[in-house]
Amino acid sequence: MTHFAAVLLFALFASTVFGITQRETPLRMVRYGVYCFVLFVGAAIALSWLMFFIAR
Amino acid sequence: MATEENKIVAARPAAKSGAQPGTQSGSQQGFVYLPLIAGWLVPGAGHFLLRKWGRGALLAASIVGMFTMGIVMQGKLHSNPHDILDILSLAGDLGNGLLYVFSRVLSLGADQVQVTTADYGTRFIVVAGLLNVIAAVDAHNLRTGRKS
Repeated sequence: MTHFAAVLLFALFASTVFGITQRETPLRMVRYGVYCFVLFVGAAIALSWLMFFIAR
Repeated sequence: MATEENKIVAARPAAKSGAQPGTQSGSQQGFVYLPLIAGWLVPGAGHFLLRKWGRGALLAASIVGMFTMGIVMQGKLHSNPHDILDILSLAGDLGNGLLYVFSRVLSLGADQVQVTTADYGTRFIVVAGLLNVIAAVDAHNLRTGRKS
């Protein structure tokens, strides 16, 4: 398993739980879950590029 | 003499309990902490008890999936903590409820973290436990009527 695949799995599982537990209606659950997933993956990619440039 | 202040004091207990006529008896039926405890022991069970089948199934799939991925990645199951970080990790692991107990009994998980993915696996297991606690508390909130 690649590191990025691990990130995607982590984001998927955590976002699902966050969406269900933090919102009340199904539509808002889905929207919040997608929002969390994008933030998880986006933050991982942004921090990865930051560390890449710091290491150079 | 019923002054305005006395009326307010008399009305305070009902307002403080937050109970509305007709809803109090329903919320007191059965053991109110059962979904919390069941949800902690078995991921999703708290929601299943409340007949929230879809939410329970998704929560169970996510938490069990995350825990399983952690075990598959040779993550470490904490048992005898030596420092504060180990204690916190053990607390997270214990959030998995019976998954943690069965994994310990079956000797699943690594004793030592030797590869990079095992470190990820250890975090997966801890976070799965923390997510399970969130799910169990959500089931409790559904049971008490704090959440619909």
